[in-house]
Amino acid sequence: MSFHMILAAVAVSVSLVAPAAAHEVTLGSLTLTELWSRATPPNAPTAGGYLTITNTGDTADRLVAVSTAQAGKSEIHEMTVSDGVMTMRPLAEGVEVPANGTLVLAPGGFHLMFMKLQAPFVEGEEVPVTLTFEQAGSVDTFLHVMQIGARGPDGHAGHDDMKMDMSE
Amino acid sequence: MKTLKAIRIVAWAAVAIVIGGVATVLVLQQFDDPPIATVATIGGPFSLTDQHGQLVTEASLKGHPSAMFFGYTYCPDVCPTTLFEMTSLMAELGPDADKLKVYFVTVDPERDTQAVLADYLQAFDPRIGGLTGSREEIDKTLSAFRVFSRKVEGEDGSYLMDHTASVYLFDDDAVFTSTIDYQEDDTTALAKLKRLIDGA
Repeated sequence: MSFHMILAAVAVSVSLVAPAAAHEVTLGSLTLTELWSRATPPNAPTAGGYLTITNTGDTADRLVAVSTAQAGKSEIHEMTVSDGVMTMRPLAEGVEVPANGTLVLAPGGFHLMFMKLQAPFVEGEEVPVTLTFEQAGSVDTFLHVMQIGARGPDGHAGHDDMKMDMSE
Repeated sequence: MKTLKAIRIVAWAAVAIVIGGVATVLVLQQFDDPPIATVATIGGPFSLTDQHGQLVTEASLKGHPSAMFFGYTYCPDVCPTTLFEMTSLMAELGPDADKLKVYFVTVDPERDTQAVLADYLQAFDPRIGGLTGSREEIDKTLSAFRVFSRKVEGEDGSYLMDHTASVYLFDDDAVFTSTIDYQEDDTTALAKLKRLIDGA
């Protein structure tokens, strides 16, 4: 089992340095990394988007808006699961990027919410987005589309450690 | 003085009740599954249609173990993720997965018609049944399975659904056994499904 765990760890670290999701965007004192989304099932009307925002400045900023030509409507949402019940809410005021801190948008929490998709998000493609911050202004960038069910920007879905046992 | 004494007795009684209540909660928390409802109250009559137009009722849950979860296709995170996880778990189970019936029940039948579910579910294991029906039938099912769901209206006529995100597991007699909770680790989830299949 430990050998498999080492294999899995190696696989994860290799994919973490894979070039696919390695782009980084700087906007004033903000650095955006791990910009990603997931492929959507056929005719799925919505998709989520995720990224990490690091603020090296001494003042807090705020992610206030997101837009993309690939969706009819884009918002910033927060998802919570409490007592087994999933709740999702739009954040009209956006979400704060703390001074000298990091804001993570990831599955199960804060996320970009794309509605009225014009076309499915396809694995391996890039979704252009414009992100707007209260202080730092706007930036045009893109999200890497990973597979359905991916847990992070390295494209890994669940169960890889178990799958290795039966591969090849 | 008598009044003071009475107040003191009442106060101590209140303290005793609070301590008793806390103790009860702590004892209940020792159980793995949250005490949302007793085992016997989850499940009951329902009549829905899968994405291929086949009728699925409470009788369809008998003769094999089943996994059932609830969601909607407008949901960007939990629902496709759970569907994907179930697809992966079924792949891990190998041929044993054929002994299990897996159902995804919509909480949003107005938008999730049979055709919409048929399209959407193409991305996942074809053995997963996507169930829909009239609002009335869906409500009856949600109530029978003690599933929470609430429509949250947006500004422009759009809406979101809050809903129970756990996967419910049933034995071959359609008796509720346990849940796989949202983001429960894969190993535990797989072990629960294996136990369910082995016990059938």
